[in-house]
Amino acid sequence: MDDLLEEFLTETSESLETVDAELVKFEQNPNDEETLNNIFRLVHTIKGTCGFLGLPRLEALAHAGETLLGKYRDKALVPNPDTVTLILESIDQLKVILGHLGTTQSEPEGDDADMIAQLVAASEGKMEPSGEASAEVTEEPVAETEPVAEVEEAANGDSNQSYDEDLDRPLRPGEVSLADLERAFMSADGPDLEQLAEEAENAKLAEEKKKEEAEQATNKPTVEVSLVSQSIRVNVDVLEDLMTMVSELVLTRNQLLQMVRQMGDTEIKVPLQRLSSVTAELQEGVMKTRMQPIGSAWKKLPRIVRDSAKAVGKKIELHMEGESTELDRQVLELIRDPLTHMVRNSCDHGLEPTDMRIAAEKPEAGQIHLRAFHEGGHIVIEIADDGAGLPTSKIKRKAIENGTITEEEANGMTENQIHRLVFAAGLSTAKEVTAISGRGVGMDVVRNNIEQIGGTIDLVSIGGEGTTFTIKIPLTLAIVSALIVEAADSRFAIPQLSVLELVRTSQDGEHRVEEIHNTRVLRLRDTLLPLIDLADILDIPKKEITSENAFVVVMIVGEQRFGVVVDNVFDTEEIVVKPLAQVLSSIPVFSGNTILGDGTVIMIVDPNGIAKAVNIGDEGERSADSEEVSAKRVEEKTAMLLFNAGGKEPKGVPLSLVTRLEEIDTTSVENVDGEQLVQYRGGLMPLVQIGGYAPLGENDRQPVLVFTDRGRSVGLVVDEIVDIVEEVLDVEKGAASPSVIGAAVLKGKATEVIDVGHYLTMAYHDWFENAQKEKGVETLPKQRILLVDDNAFFRNMVAPLLAAAGYEVTAVGSAAEAWKLNETGAIFDVIVSDIEMPDETGVAFASKLAKDEHWSSIPRLALSAMGQNDLERMGAVDAFTDIVRKADRESLISTIDYVLQTHGEAA
Amino acid sequence: MSTADDKQLHIDEDTNEYVTVEIADQLFGIEVTSIHDVFQPLSLTRVPMASPEVRGVLNLRGRIVTAIDARVRLGLPKQENEDHHEMAIGVELGNESYGLIIDKVGEVLRLAKRDRKTLPSNIDPQWQDISKGIYRLDGRLLIILDIQKMLNIGDMEACAA
Repeated sequence: MDDLLEEFLTETSESLETVDAELVKFEQNPNDEETLNNIFRLVHTIKGTCGFLGLPRLEALAHAGETLLGKYRDKALVPNPDTVTLILESIDQLKVILGHLGTTQSEPEGDDADMIAQLVAASEGKMEPSGEASAEVTEEPVAETEPVAEVEEAANGDSNQSYDEDLDRPLRPGEVSLADLERAFMSADGPDLEQLAEEAENAKLAEEKKKEEAEQATNKPTVEVSLVSQSIRVNVDVLEDLMTMVSELVLTRNQLLQMVRQMGDTEIKVPLQRLSSVTAELQEGVMKTRMQPIGSAWKKLPRIVRDSAKAVGKKIELHMEGESTELDRQVLELIRDPLTHMVRNSCDHGLEPTDMRIAAEKPEAGQIHLRAFHEGGHIVIEIADDGAGLPTSKIKRKAIENGTITEEEANGMTENQIHRLVFAAGLSTAKEVTAISGRGVGMDVVRNNIEQIGGTIDLVSIGGEGTTFTIKIPLTLAIVSALIVEAADSRFAIPQLSVLELVRTSQDGEHRVEEIHNTRVLRLRDTLLPLIDLADILDIPKKEITSENAFVVVMIVGEQRFGVVVDNVFDTEEIVVKPLAQVLSSIPVFSGNTILGDGTVIMIVDPNGIAKAVNIGDEGERSADSEEVSAKRVEEKTAMLLFNAGGKEPKGVPLSLVTRLEEIDTTSVENVDGEQLVQYRGGLMPLVQIGGYAPLGENDRQPVLVFTDRGRSVGLVVDEIVDIVEEVLDVEKGAASPSVIGAAVLKGKATEVIDVGHYLTMAYHDWFENAQKEKGVETLPKQRILLVDDNAFFRNMVAPLLAAAGYEVTAVGSAAEAWKLNETGAIFDVIVSDIEMPDETGVAFASKLAKDEHWSSIPRLALSAMGQNDLERMGAVDAFTDIVRKADRESLISTIDYVLQTHGEAA
Repeated sequence: MSTADDKQLHIDEDTNEYVTVEIADQLFGIEVTSIHDVFQPLSLTRVPMASPEVRGVLNLRGRIVTAIDARVRLGLPKQENEDHHEMAIGVELGNESYGLIIDKVGEVLRLAKRDRKTLPSNIDPQWQDISKGIYRLDGRLLIILDIQKMLNIGDMEACAA
């Protein structure tokens, strides 16, 4: 059954029972205002809920009852037994309808016009006390002839309810006696009973009715009973206490287990094992009682959206998906407000006004999609609107105005980074403060709330297409599985959820720690992972450990991956998270503390806090390389390796182009034919130097950057590796020499960004020619590539590479420029486009291309750093012929190759 | 001291019971009613990056207790005697348990409220803040600690700043 309906039924059954009892009390003492208010409130609530759930029959009836009660409350009418009976009857009728709802989940056919008419009549004061009423046309003989009996019954209250002669057994709680039902039925179908005078016939009729009712009654009570037995309402405090006690039990069990482990074989081992499993089951059971479907936090949203839509004069449709996804009620409570706030935001700011939507050729009604699903111990909630997207320039201006960022910083930021500024404090871009939102206490509060419970929030906004917020939160806060590690003789717990894997490093093995300046990185399956010492983060004196045999806990926080170096790793334990004392709560790297099996207290490390301490920004470039991690955050920030070589200016190269960092022994360098070669991985690797050939120092170790392409390596000799920085590259073109792409400001210093291609050709003169030979294109005329990318760096990086690979490249900075070329009648063999671009996005561009009369047959390649899922969602997979990861030079060339070949064959 | 006599002499409304503790040879008093228990702080876990007053956290019968070093809190030198067995006064504050680490626990005194004087104004403001008053005992001064303020670490930093 629909959760909402189920809850409504349970709640309403309870309310009605209270109303029954209260009414009886009220009748005995008509001057008791408190009781009357109570009744009024209950009926009012029922009415309100009915309206909300779309139950018109119930609502109409409850409304009529409420009106009458309202008159009593306002002292416009004095209650008399007849009218009270009428109300009681209407309540019985409500119960009948509810019973039907319980079995069929829909209201029964028909209406209660007669009863409502009576109630209306009564509330208009037309229903006089019995006796006088008999003078009127007797449409409702039963109501008039039986009131005394009913009042008596009602006055007897419980005793009346407890035994039912028709059923010949005591009534179960919540059950209604057949007599009551019959009465309700008869009053509902009043006209049938006009022949009441003819007693015989009436008896027959009543008999029939009774049968019918008996059938209904046998259905109905079971429903009510089953509802009652299926759910009981328990005070939340009781559950909380239970949880605390179970937590203590888990702790004690852990302690016992630890002791027994030390004692070896004892006879308490078996019972302890049993205790252990029972504890685990109990823990699970209690956890379950705390689980609630997220839908319960969404219940109010349709109404809020409706009201918001009205208030701002927009048409908005709310779609909800995954309401039944369960999570801990503590977590639920904590995200309820942020969620409401965000949905309001979407209504208010996310979706554009109707006229603008029509102008943008969008459906008139704005869409808000709310989606919840489980993902590996987390619950993910997405709030997506199809509005205009975030106003990049406005956010930028506002952020500069209030000093969140400087103008220089702003200019260096990508669109996505600017969008994420909405999470900074005091940044509401709404021009007007509306009744709903826009008071400047917005997304920063949301972000804080979510981070407080160990969650993350991120957004993707595409101009003209909408904004999607993604919230990721843990399922529960109370008991988590944690990895126990040691750093500087202290143990710490790292929540398992953010641990991807454990790596044991060794100097000669697969996983090597490489040191760059004072930064350590770990090469792990073709990705460079930033490393940080747990002891360093925690600012505790660390033991002198060599990188030879360190343990690295590979963690993921949001999209950011990094390795945390620890001295030792113990096992995983289920730990009970205890909140930090206030004195300690300001330490960002801890989220709580816990008592281990051996009784020691240890601190629980907060992965979010560590991620901040790692301080590689919000962006995790490395994750772009890994297949399993979608890396929608990374598209524009580039990890650059900084080094000194051949001159004073620092130089940089995109880290993704560097295959390895090596140190070579200068004595092993051989000079052959004016070239320097070194034995490397079973072959000879040519060394090149910036600024030309120079003899290398003797008995020296020389750092070398190794670039590998198609199985051939070249080593670029450098003086010193300085650092790895992750910054937005803004390369100024205007290279003084062919070996340099341009200059960029990195770490506040002007840095030359070297052209790797230049050094590759320096070492192997045939490097690119060779590449062309492999492709077999050398005899063909040059093929033309149109490169569309808003990022100057990528244009400058990719264009020369493609040119070097033998293509004729035209690079433009936007789709608009591309269309200008189209107008001139230019023809290309391949179009390579970025996906995320301002104004016209790659996807929109590609879709238009597909329909273009000149260019529709040209293969379309996309450059993207996004994950597969995002690409699919955006429709990029369909729009483009193929998609290549950004900064993956080799696969770009091979894909272009492949596309050209298959396209040629097809054509 | 005439403690025993005092106990008989005064009725409850006029007196307070204090546990005397020693911190760096100075005698302090803590109201009995605010003390949850007295224990020996064992197997303390250091908390990196915490304020210097926080000595660590420990497990006291299944509860996590945050141990505050009274000497650091009062700006007194660290305990030099390594073998010294420190004691801790357990205090419940809100829902949290704290342990105030002191050198030695003395006795329980019942003292008349009217005998309590305010601290002389030339005493360190840091001490002024955390004390509720002073008693002159036979030959010794007893400073009454405001335990809530003692444990309010954030405030102290604000004061010092």
